[in-house]
Amino acid sequence: MQMKDTKQNPGVPIMDAEAIQRALRRIAHEIIEQNADLKSVVLAGIPLRGIEVARRLAEFIREVAEIDIETGTIDVAMHRDDVGTRAELPVVHASKLPLTLENRTVIIVDDVLFTGRTARAAMDAISSFGRPARIQFATLVDRGHRELPIRADYVGKNLPTATREQIQVRLQNVDNEPDAVWLFKE
Amino acid sequence: MSTHWNRKDLLGLRELSADEINFILDTADAFKQVGTREIKKVPALRGKTLVNFFVEPSTRTRTSFELAAHRLSADVINISAATSSLSKGETLKDTARNLEALHADILVLRHSSAGAPQFLAQWLKSSVINAGDGAHEHPTQGLLDIYTIREKRGKIDNLNVAIVGDILFSRVARSNIFGLTKLGAKVTLVGPSTLVPREFEKLGVTVSHKIDDVLPKADVVNLLRIQHERQRKEYFPGIGEYTTLFGLTKERAKLLKPDCLVMHPGPINRGVEIDSEVADGLQSVILDQVTNGLAVRMAVLYLCGGIAT
Repeated sequence: MQMKDTKQNPGVPIMDAEAIQRALRRIAHEIIEQNADLKSVVLAGIPLRGIEVARRLAEFIREVAEIDIETGTIDVAMHRDDVGTRAELPVVHASKLPLTLENRTVIIVDDVLFTGRTARAAMDAISSFGRPARIQFATLVDRGHRELPIRADYVGKNLPTATREQIQVRLQNVDNEPDAVWLFKE
Repeated sequence: MSTHWNRKDLLGLRELSADEINFILDTADAFKQVGTREIKKVPALRGKTLVNFFVEPSTRTRTSFELAAHRLSADVINISAATSSLSKGETLKDTARNLEALHADILVLRHSSAGAPQFLAQWLKSSVINAGDGAHEHPTQGLLDIYTIREKRGKIDNLNVAIVGDILFSRVARSNIFGLTKLGAKVTLVGPSTLVPREFEKLGVTVSHKIDDVLPKADVVNLLRIQHERQRKEYFPGIGEYTTLFGLTKERAKLLKPDCLVMHPGPINRGVEIDSEVADGLQSVILDQVTNGLAVRMAVLYLCGGIAT
């Protein structure tokens, strides 16, 4: 996602820190509700902000259910289908997932769900580690415009957008800026 | 985070910045993890074609590049000097342009002449990766050596690295010297004055002809093979004398610090530059170098072959 110069093109605030916290806490409750065997759940964050979202979800789940659920990282850069067509190569990161995924539920976690191509790449990456019992998807913002038959299981906020608009998520621990979701009109 | 890479070719470490070298090593970290997965293959270079063009013989480098390409889902063609039309008198440039006309995206070249990869890189739209050119550079070997040191010691800056042996004829030594000095290591070259002339000091390294003075201070000892095939006899009196004066024998290995790494780019001449007990000992990271070579080559192929041209 491209950084926008906020001075020239002021963004519209969509969520503030409190709204983000509320949304993630609700997702945590939904994860607990939908997964009877919470111990089998792995939260796999997509770099960079998905990792932070996954960490926060794990914290909320710990508060509510008093269970430490496993978190991991799933790199999608080397599983993308557009290498060689982009001017800038995506930076690859090491994935960290449990050694055996059999009988586990992997919840892919990202900040924004858009075309679904990243989600597809993440599912491909996970299947190279093994065959989990289930894969689910959690996102802070679902902005629509899917190009693949993919939907999220847990959504913090559904945000209808135009394709030309941009959504930016800012998280304190990643961006050194207050938590916020911004909408930029083209 | 943005990509610190916009090169289609990897010709040597001399022209790379410290940032670029570190970026390759970080990328290699990500690819090393792929080797631990159940399915050790990612689609990053799917649909790309890599030509392994080895005008000079090589097994381990060629195999390593081939496996790296397979793990990235690229298609691989292997061509050696004997099976190419070079033996029928075709020029290197014409052979390479024919390969490009077949839409080869990446050309990995091993050649006995220094500068051959650079020559082709300026003619071809394909990526050119230097897999060793004469006594000039062998950048992926240098990178995998540096990667292995960084992995084992956590850093490169301020480490004392001794490179021992046939420096004059060694492209591995040159790539190591360029890369290591850029990342802040203190490099000492060790060997007979015929193979380690003082001129090397211009590259910002120390030259020594007494291995016993160097070993106790070293954090890393990288032993190079005596390249019989590249030299005439008069560079030193004989193999036995070389081993006596410069070989890392098991007696001499007692001079090493306990945490000093022992490295060798292979193929090893056991009993010449290194004793078997040392090559297979606890301080040896020779097989880690081979494993890391795969990750480093995956990173290089991904970075050079993946950018839009």
